[in-house]
Amino acid sequence: MRNVWIIWRKELRSYFVSPVAYLLLAMFAVIFGFFFWNILGYFVFTSMESQMRGEMFPMNLNEQVIRPLLSNVGVVGLFFIPMITMRLFAEEKRMGTIELLATSPIRDGEIILGKWLAALTLYSGLLLLTALNFVFLFRYGNPDWKPLAIGYLGLFLQAGALLAIGMFISTLTKNQIIAGATTFGVCLLLWVLEWVGGYETATWATVLSYMSVVTHIGSFSKGLLDSKDVVYYVTLIFLGIFFTARSLESLRWRS
Amino acid sequence: MITVKELTKRYAHNTAVDHISFDIEKGQIVGFLGPNGAGKTTTMRMLTCFLPPTAGSATVAGFDVLEEPMEVKKRIGYLPETPPLYPEMRTGEYLQFVGSLKGLRKPELAKRVDYVCERCAVADVRDKLISKLSKGYRQRVGLAQAIIHNPDVLILDEPTAGLDPKQINETRDLIKSLAGDHTIILSTHILPEVEQTCEQVIIINKGKLIATDSVNNLQSRARGAESVLVEVGSRNGDIDSAAIQTRLEKVSGVSKVVFKEKRQARNVFEVESGRGRLVRGDLARAVVEAGWDLNELRPSAMSLEEVFLQLTGQPDAAPKEQLAAKGASK
Repeated sequence: MRNVWIIWRKELRSYFVSPVAYLLLAMFAVIFGFFFWNILGYFVFTSMESQMRGEMFPMNLNEQVIRPLLSNVGVVGLFFIPMITMRLFAEEKRMGTIELLATSPIRDGEIILGKWLAALTLYSGLLLLTALNFVFLFRYGNPDWKPLAIGYLGLFLQAGALLAIGMFISTLTKNQIIAGATTFGVCLLLWVLEWVGGYETATWATVLSYMSVVTHIGSFSKGLLDSKDVVYYVTLIFLGIFFTARSLESLRWRS
Repeated sequence: MITVKELTKRYAHNTAVDHISFDIEKGQIVGFLGPNGAGKTTTMRMLTCFLPPTAGSATVAGFDVLEEPMEVKKRIGYLPETPPLYPEMRTGEYLQFVGSLKGLRKPELAKRVDYVCERCAVADVRDKLISKLSKGYRQRVGLAQAIIHNPDVLILDEPTAGLDPKQINETRDLIKSLAGDHTIILSTHILPEVEQTCEQVIIINKGKLIATDSVNNLQSRARGAESVLVEVGSRNGDIDSAAIQTRLEKVSGVSKVVFKEKRQARNVFEVESGRGRLVRGDLARAVVEAGWDLNELRPSAMSLEEVFLQLTGQPDAAPKEQLAAKGASK
């Protein structure tokens, strides 16, 4: 466990000594801030309009602000995850530092776990930044906090899964750009697979849309904690980490 | 300290290391010599548990590299061909990171970092980013990380590659000074390096072990007889090199005279004699009495280079590069 912590600390440091972490945090904050402002503006506009017409639409912060915002965070995350994972192993391979790690008395699993946790920590930082915006909702309104917490749990699990997959892809190449682009492609595919379920009801379509990350984030943003969805993400996390370990091992037999 | 038995590494289409066996005793500096692509790096990677061997076994400090890699890794310091540095770290924190990776704990860790900084002369760049360091400093930081946990065995892959002559000397001196505490294997394709730094030499070529012996033994083994280089000149005009040769051949004890080259008006010969026969005085007298000038007279010790060529039996491929390397390193 100590070794995991050593790797975690080193990875997190290297995110923060380079501009990477600050850039990601700033961009994420700006983009999310825009969504927040936009969606909140629309919410205020519709509530004013309904008041003027004298209709009393049931206005609900959770349903009309928090839910669309959370699914937006999930989508924006797809673009940020490759930037977080692409360097994890590709850089070590390019710099030859993988030889240092591999010849130190530390297990592959500890290296992998440390790196994955560091990436997850950075992503949690991004999520935390978005949470700042919600403070205003609680200050001026009274949304229910439980669906919000569950929504964040979903985003956290989704990120964990995609980061694990990104980490695996990063072990396959020395080139960060290739790792990043491939991860982005895979993330995008895992997102759009859901569309198939929209028009096709055959088994293969159900399976494909089940594989999509969006299918499973839906219930979380509604505030529903469904074990089926939790299992999906946890499975992806395990698969990602498992394949990373296998890939790291095969590196030794091949190189 | 290190025992290698029938170690083999096969890839899909070639055999990088082919049934190599050798023993290395504690406290020795061993030169691992071979042309590029001979299998040096692969062998070292197997010893450091980076690559698993296809067949055979290797034990380091009594632990098998396949059975107990963790124990082996604890006892090995490894400097790969390119030092494994993180450019975004500062020297001090890099050494601290490596130290903690190798299992050092807080109070001891700080002491070891201080010690290796002093030992490898990198104390003055402790707070500098590694990306800003010169090549010589990077190499020394690489050495510092290899010895941070005071390992029994040090494995250095071409530690002087790419350094300038001054840095090469500094690095060699540093390696020599480390020999007391550690058993050192260093690989190189530069022969003078082995002559200057190592006690033992292991020569491999195309994955096969060619020779393993002490540097002194190897030199004398390949050299059957003493040989002397004689350069004869004249102030008044050219002299016939054949005349000099016959004169030299008449000196008692001389078994063979080979005309090497003509440099302007000076002729260079290599004179061989039986072992133990001291012919240098007679040679000098013969030349002077004939009225010629004796420009140079020196014993020509066979360099490892020639030994190497004799042993590997590849007259063209390797030497060119090695001669170039020798020139560069002097």
